[in-house]
Amino acid sequence: MTPAPMGQRPRVLDMNRVTKTFNGDVVALRDMDLSVNSGDFISLLGPSGCGKSTALRLIAGLSTTSGGRITWAGGQSENDLGVVFQEPTLMPWATVAQNVWLPFRLKGKSYASVKDEILEALRLVGLEKFLDAYPRELSGGMKMRVSIARAMVTKPRLILMDEPFAALDEITRFRLNNDLLTLKARIGCTVIFVTHSVFESVFLSDRIVVMAARPGRVIREVRVDAPYPRSEEFRTSADYAALCRDASDALREAMGETA
Amino acid sequence: MSIAENQPLYDADDLKRLRAARFERFGRWLLPVVVLIAAIWLWDRVVVWNEIPHFILPRPGLVLQTLISDWPMLFSALMITLQITMMALAVAVIGGVGLAVLFTQSRLVEMSFYPYAVIMQVTPVVAIAPLIFIYVDSRTAGLLLCAWLVAFFPVLANTTLGLNSADHNLRDLFRIYGASRWQTLRYLRLPSALPYFLGGLRIAGGLALIGAVVAEYVAGTGGHGSGLAFRILEAGYRLNIPRMFAALILIALTGVIIFAGLSFLSHMLLRKWHESAVKRET
Repeated sequence: MTPAPMGQRPRVLDMNRVTKTFNGDVVALRDMDLSVNSGDFISLLGPSGCGKSTALRLIAGLSTTSGGRITWAGGQSENDLGVVFQEPTLMPWATVAQNVWLPFRLKGKSYASVKDEILEALRLVGLEKFLDAYPRELSGGMKMRVSIARAMVTKPRLILMDEPFAALDEITRFRLNNDLLTLKARIGCTVIFVTHSVFESVFLSDRIVVMAARPGRVIREVRVDAPYPRSEEFRTSADYAALCRDASDALREAMGETA
Repeated sequence: MSIAENQPLYDADDLKRLRAARFERFGRWLLPVVVLIAAIWLWDRVVVWNEIPHFILPRPGLVLQTLISDWPMLFSALMITLQITMMALAVAVIGGVGLAVLFTQSRLVEMSFYPYAVIMQVTPVVAIAPLIFIYVDSRTAGLLLCAWLVAFFPVLANTTLGLNSADHNLRDLFRIYGASRWQTLRYLRLPSALPYFLGGLRIAGGLALIGAVVAEYVAGTGGHGSGLAFRILEAGYRLNIPRMFAALILIALTGVIIFAGLSFLSHMLLRKWHESAVKRET
């Protein structure tokens, strides 16, 4: 499965000189340009305060831009977004299945009418046996899988992930990285992934947008041309090491300017 | 030790922990019972040793006798007090939760009315009750109003806190999915508030009983009344001390039962998911 060349995939979203300031003087994000095509896996990589989470919140519509424009190709629709936060953000009083049902439920769909989709999403993250479990009975990694299942169950145009694996241990994190790529290959979703890990961004994405802080801005874009599906072998390859060096250099540049 | 024989894999630390757990299990109910028996015995002895007449301090046996002989009258009085308490609690729940929901839906309403809810709470009910009985003709309505006044605030305060404590990421998620106000309330805020509400309810249960009893005292002096508090008043005028004790014991027991019942309800509703009710293996 090789991804189609960039030009042939339909556009999902355009960010055009997007700027966000707080109280008029703190510039959280300045003049950010980004084009997202269907099937992209884009990482936003940068130190804290570089505006990567701000960018996600703007795309999610949780805050409004101070300048510039965010345009959804073909206009906004009901099913644009799925979101995964740094915390699993599950409803503790609801079972796994009920949590995954939430996006449908809020659109007025009964459980019975979307049962197949819910089961399929949970099967994809390997939790089909935990339908009736409550979040507190699950490990951190499993909770995050439920959160991912909930984000993709409606097959949204774009999935936003805000440092979803930052709070997990290294082993779980690697496994979830692998699983996320398997998932992406199966359902062909489009992802914007915020991280501060160079290795994670190189392993996962086809484009890495490196950002710097004060003011938050994009300083470079690193292309990762390695074909999907990527496996553990990619993680030990020379290509991977070289790309990590590239991204690290870019990140150092970003950090150096703000140090 | 039989524990060591049955489970030879336990080491000294485990044994210590097991012994502590067993002590905890029995001690929790055994020790209070021992204290109760000792206190009753001491009470009895004090009366006998000092030859205190029964119209000043009756022996525990006499109180028990009175409780049995006066049971029909005390029981019907108890039912009336209990009725007021339960009705007040029900109205407190409806009013408290309703107002809390209104507060969280409209900042305007909250800012306008919250101070008055606090004022109603901090003013002692004994001070308001006489006025209430002047203006409210129906005795039951008056009693209910007094009991409600004391009981509703913990429900209101706790539920408001709970409704506002919904996880902020979940709130964002609901916004992203375009949830309506009603959906956010029903699927997010109300479930988040449940543990807080139940905490408030437990306090309100006890307060409703206190409110009902205090109101009966006030109403009783006005010549009405047949609840437990009135029976205590009446017995006091007649120096029927054993009956005062019997009624007092009934009130205390009622309070304990209400508290235990509400605790049980809380446990049943939360046991599947909330930390407070979940049994840990370790």
